[in-house]
Amino acid sequence: MMHADTAPPGAAAPVFYQTDEEGHHSEGSTMLGFWLYLMSDCLIFATLFATYGVLGRSYAAGPTPKELFDLPGIAVNTAMLLFSSITYGFAMLEMDRDRIKQTQIWLAVTGLFGAAFVALEIREFVHLFHEGAPPWRSAFLSSFYTLVSTHGLHVSMGILWLIVLMVQVGKHGLIVENKRRLMCLSLFWHFLDLIWIGVFTVVYLIGVLE
Amino acid sequence: MFANLDLQQLLFGRFTIEQIPYHEPILQGTFAGVAVVGLTVLGVITYYRFWGPMWRDWITSIDHKKIGIMYCIFAAVMLLRGFADAILMRSQQAVAFGDQQGFLPPHHYDQIFTAHGMIMIFFVAMPFVTGLMNFAVPLQIGARDVAFPFLNNFSFWMTVAGGMLVMVSLFVGEFSRATWLAYPPLSEASMSPGVGVDYYIWALQIAGIGTLLSGINLIATIVKMRAPGMTMMKLPIFVWSSLCTNILIVAAFPILTAVLAMLSLDRYVGTHFFTNDLGGNAMLYFNLIWIWGHPEVYILILPAFGVFSEITSTFCGKRLFGYTSMVYALVVITILAYLVWLHHFFTMGSGADVNSFFGITTMIISIPTGAKIFNWMFTMYRGRIRFEVPMLWVVAFIVTFVIGGMTGVLLAVPPADFVLHNSLFLIAHFHNVIIGGVLFGMFAGVTFWFPKAFGFKLDEFWGKVALVFWVTGFYVAFMPLYVLGLMGVTRRMQHFDDPSLQIWFVIAAIGAALIACGIASQIVMFVVSIRNRDKLRDLTGDPWGGRTLEWSTSSPPPDYNFAFTPVVHDSDAWWDMKNRGFARPMTGYKPIHMPKNTATGAILAGLNFAFGIAMIWYVWWLAAFSFLAIFVVAIAHTFNYKRDYYIPADTVSRTEGQRTRELEMA
Amino acid sequence: MSADAHHVAAAGHGHHDAHSEGGHGSFQSYMTGFVLSVILTVIPFWLVMGNVLDNSLVTTLVILALGGVQMVVHIIYFLHMSTKSEGGWTFLSLIFTITLVVIMLAGSVWVMYHLNHNMMPMDAHDVMNNAR
Repeated sequence: MMHADTAPPGAAAPVFYQTDEEGHHSEGSTMLGFWLYLMSDCLIFATLFATYGVLGRSYAAGPTPKELFDLPGIAVNTAMLLFSSITYGFAMLEMDRDRIKQTQIWLAVTGLFGAAFVALEIREFVHLFHEGAPPWRSAFLSSFYTLVSTHGLHVSMGILWLIVLMVQVGKHGLIVENKRRLMCLSLFWHFLDLIWIGVFTVVYLIGVLE
Repeated sequence: MFANLDLQQLLFGRFTIEQIPYHEPILQGTFAGVAVVGLTVLGVITYYRFWGPMWRDWITSIDHKKIGIMYCIFAAVMLLRGFADAILMRSQQAVAFGDQQGFLPPHHYDQIFTAHGMIMIFFVAMPFVTGLMNFAVPLQIGARDVAFPFLNNFSFWMTVAGGMLVMVSLFVGEFSRATWLAYPPLSEASMSPGVGVDYYIWALQIAGIGTLLSGINLIATIVKMRAPGMTMMKLPIFVWSSLCTNILIVAAFPILTAVLAMLSLDRYVGTHFFTNDLGGNAMLYFNLIWIWGHPEVYILILPAFGVFSEITSTFCGKRLFGYTSMVYALVVITILAYLVWLHHFFTMGSGADVNSFFGITTMIISIPTGAKIFNWMFTMYRGRIRFEVPMLWVVAFIVTFVIGGMTGVLLAVPPADFVLHNSLFLIAHFHNVIIGGVLFGMFAGVTFWFPKAFGFKLDEFWGKVALVFWVTGFYVAFMPLYVLGLMGVTRRMQHFDDPSLQIWFVIAAIGAALIACGIASQIVMFVVSIRNRDKLRDLTGDPWGGRTLEWSTSSPPPDYNFAFTPVVHDSDAWWDMKNRGFARPMTGYKPIHMPKNTATGAILAGLNFAFGIAMIWYVWWLAAFSFLAIFVVAIAHTFNYKRDYYIPADTVSRTEGQRTRELEMA
Repeated sequence: MSADAHHVAAAGHGHHDAHSEGGHGSFQSYMTGFVLSVILTVIPFWLVMGNVLDNSLVTTLVILALGGVQMVVHIIYFLHMSTKSEGGWTFLSLIFTITLVVIMLAGSVWVMYHLNHNMMPMDAHDVMNNAR
């Protein structure tokens, strides 16, 4: 290999141009780019967690977590999301094997678990409203709803993305572009399950303690 | 107008004809001016039949060079708006003493200082910085474009959409009066029920998406698309500073997004994040927003540092002194930027322990910057310095920024800050570092890279005239503010009772007038340069004796930047190539894979603009429609898998042949 | 990034290189991660719902620790994080982000605690405490 500074005078000039390339393609950057986006999303959630950490005990003489949270329901929710994570993993394994039909099946199952998660969460919110605990009742409730529903919105976006991808895989098959997109959605989906660990621990479990 | 008032509200939200301030003379004049200039511009575009090329080659362009240029043009236009606000403030503060109320009542004055700060930071400094990074970084690393060219286009138009929301607020409704950071409880619905704060919020949220995506884009570009042989420690120093800047962007802007979203929820839904009642805590807003705010100022200054490094080494004919320590300084600053935020609210009452910790970290962060200053000076020492306009900006920067930095270290001492917080001393400090650092850096960078972008240099005489006006104007405008601050004068005041202060404000106003002359000189500089462009032509592509790869291309570079990807052996890669007898390949051209232009970015940004207007004015049907349309367009875009094309080898061959002829003519 | 078309003989589970381009994992690793996650979820729920440890501070610390461990499990087994992917850049960006998150959370809680203590309105309880 050319050593930078010690080519003796009169020696042949080092190679300065690559004449037989297939150049850098932006496609190679997609996974890193999407990972960086996830890191930025991490910081949005960090802000919301910090807010909840500060305001989470400001009940304003209103309802408290102990009175409101239904832990068995949250356990079911957690299970839905965890199952959806594993089924997405299965979808990826099938994708690696280029088996379109099996990939689509596992994706559909994932979507259903995700939809169950969102449906249960909406049901919980409706229930809380009826209990006199809307988001504007106290700072605790404002930060609770915002943190939990930001996560839920992300899951909903993920489901929408999943449906679009299923259509695109149905149309074009497991081409390179679609595989790349499925891998990005995989990162997104598992990331959301990771955030949920934080939510159920800090908001629901620690919330009912004390 | 409508018999049924509910129908009017349904269709137009809270907009009524009274929201258009046609009774205010200043705004009448402004509107007239904008209309005249606007119609002239539209007329000129039509006369030169530029509409088609503008759409095909610029608006829909995914070329990083064009996008970079558009960012800089946008920033320059917004600089005029932000500066107009400054002139208004200086004029008001020069005359409003005792019985004299001046010509700007508090209601209007508050909007002006809010708009001035917000525009200058978000729509002048950030686009300038982003524009330079966009233009130069891919060229400097030997790449053909950024990692995500479509996102790049989208990011730019989102920034413009945000800026347009602010501009619309001039003539429809009013702008925020809650300062450039929209502190609650003043920015809450209870105290600012009008549209102003909402204009502010949506402008920032929309522009913020663009900024965040741009950050991701440039990090991925620098990490993944470097020419072979360009290891991290052989990166041009501007690329290092861009990398650190974009890391700061990706790691800080989400915080701003989340905080503004919470403020919006307070305003729209009635939540209690930052309200005075039911558990809200306004101090939390200060805490969170400054966790964003301090990295933000490093986002502004690090690219300027990078520009100064490139210019210093080029115009002193020397390798940058202490490259490794420069890189370490950038990385250390990036990390420490997240450990100092409380120094922006020492006086809010966190107590001595907390204040001491942050005071110490603030003093520590000045050290790597100081190291950089020494490295620049050591680069100049025993160099063959050519005092051309970019280098003159460097000298002005070193002197000016060091003064501003030192006043910053003074403010870092909590007991001192208790006297000086929110005084004119603070105003003088941050203008000192932002103008002396960021703005001078942008002017230097524009002058430095202008020949590369357009094929001809800027007129040197008018460049120097502009510099003299700007530098003297800055000192005359802001040194009095240090004096006033030490005397105890508070910021954001529309009127004063003590007549002994007036002389200082008059001097400051004269300084502002000098800066106005500087801006006028810059406009003349551009006009003269364009008129004399044949005399100022750069045929070699390397008018300054550059050291990095962008100078190996023609001026302007071809669409594809490099016919063949360069192979790098050393830092200052182009300098290395020139010294070791590189030979430009003349044959064997291959078709080059390029991304296609697209209208989707501009369309999406337009829909976001409509969404912003709808949310500000409570026009819910438009909000729902534009929100849905955004999703539909974005998803439809993903169904287009054919977004690229190949530049045929013949075209490349012809372009390179043209370059060969130009080099022979030079 | 090229698409690796792995045509593996249809067996019970396909064994792929866990650290291939993009890191696709294997059936084994997904199941390991799943089982660990279930355990690390059931224990905290049991501790809280069953009021197992009488001390709420200790419970808090334990479930926080278990939550942290589960996050690591997800990162390794589901997100296939490795120090090698993307030349180490994904790992570096993760460490940087985690550092910032810790600074933000710890810093905000610390700062806000002091601000609230010094600056928020007192109720009768605080007046009594301060009037020692």
